[in-house]
Amino acid sequence: MSVLLFTIVVLLGAFLAGLVGSMTGLGGGVIIIPLLTLVLGVDIHYAIGASIISVIATSSGSAAAYVKEGITNIRIGMFLEIATTISAIFGAVITVYINPSYIAIVFGMILLFSATMMIRKKVDRSDNDTSGKLALWLRLNGTYPVDGSIKKYAVHNVIGGFMMMFVAGIISGLLGIGSGALKVIAMDNIMRIPFRVSTTTSNFMMGVTAAASAVVYFHRGQIDPGIAMPVTIGVLIGSTLGAKILLRTKPDKLKVVFAVVVTFLALQMIYNGMAGRL
Amino acid sequence: MKRDGKYFFTDKDVQLILGTLLRVGVISSMAVVFLGGVIYLISSHANLVDYQAFDAGKSGMSSILAIYQGVLHMDGAAIIQFGTLLLIFTPVARVVFSIFSFLIERDYLYVVIGLLVLVVILISLSNKLVG
Repeated sequence: MSVLLFTIVVLLGAFLAGLVGSMTGLGGGVIIIPLLTLVLGVDIHYAIGASIISVIATSSGSAAAYVKEGITNIRIGMFLEIATTISAIFGAVITVYINPSYIAIVFGMILLFSATMMIRKKVDRSDNDTSGKLALWLRLNGTYPVDGSIKKYAVHNVIGGFMMMFVAGIISGLLGIGSGALKVIAMDNIMRIPFRVSTTTSNFMMGVTAAASAVVYFHRGQIDPGIAMPVTIGVLIGSTLGAKILLRTKPDKLKVVFAVVVTFLALQMIYNGMAGRL
Repeated sequence: MKRDGKYFFTDKDVQLILGTLLRVGVISSMAVVFLGGVIYLISSHANLVDYQAFDAGKSGMSSILAIYQGVLHMDGAAIIQFGTLLLIFTPVARVVFSIFSFLIERDYLYVVIGLLVLVVILISLSNKLVG
């Protein structure tokens, strides 16, 4: 395949990945890695390097919008970043020592899990009851705007959330994805933070987490300019457009369609991983 | 959170500046990547791609020095990598800025937390980790 054709195919794929990824909250990596490996026959280590770049691009792009609205809890983000950056570097360091087949299988399983999380009905467990001493000491409790008024919330089980972030960071560094589904579990279910705060804060953290592992990939030569260029441009345009569309529509139907697509990709990755073809 | 007169820098200001910082970082890195991409495509659009097996040394663009020299020669691949580095350092710049803003707010606990995150990232900059 010529460089020109490759660039065009990846550019279109990355655009779609950014568009759908930002509308469903699943991020671009879940499409970019299967596209590069299954369709274009790119080695999974290059695919991981390209994907981490797309994570930084979408995270920084949309965090810019969310942070201005005052929903993001910067303290929670900064505190949990200690866990995610350490574990993301660890994941990025060990990823080349792991058989690509196993990486593909783990990736497939994370995809299945993310698809399930995406269509499952979320239950908001947030409240303003007394939170633990640690949350008070760290001043994690915050407020966010709802329909013009300011709502308070309390943060629970800080240690549990911090531990879960370690897992999310390792997966992020290992596979080059944002692992938003795991971050949201840590924040929604364990720390019981309101949705809007957890989604935007998770997105805010993703950039720094991905930057930590991206530096490791960069040194190792996993970030190739010929792949990074169309991925960065495509994902940025796609996710910017996706965020604009999201302001006007509720993508419930799209989520179901996307969950089916992601499930199919996941099974393909697992199957090819088991067959040793990646 | 209670705010009184001695703070001249509120959380709202910090959020506005943070948002702008991130946006400027993303837009400028994308512009650089685009410029590098155009030069790269003009020079090598007809070449064949080969990404079937991972080869750490293939692009020759994994050190700051190589990129710096390539950018001076207007090499497309080097300019793309420079833009990619700008993108990677956008969230890192955000951490540095947050540390300063917490310092101005006299929130020393979060200055320490921010420094911890920064140190972790600086450790990742060491190429000894790659092995």
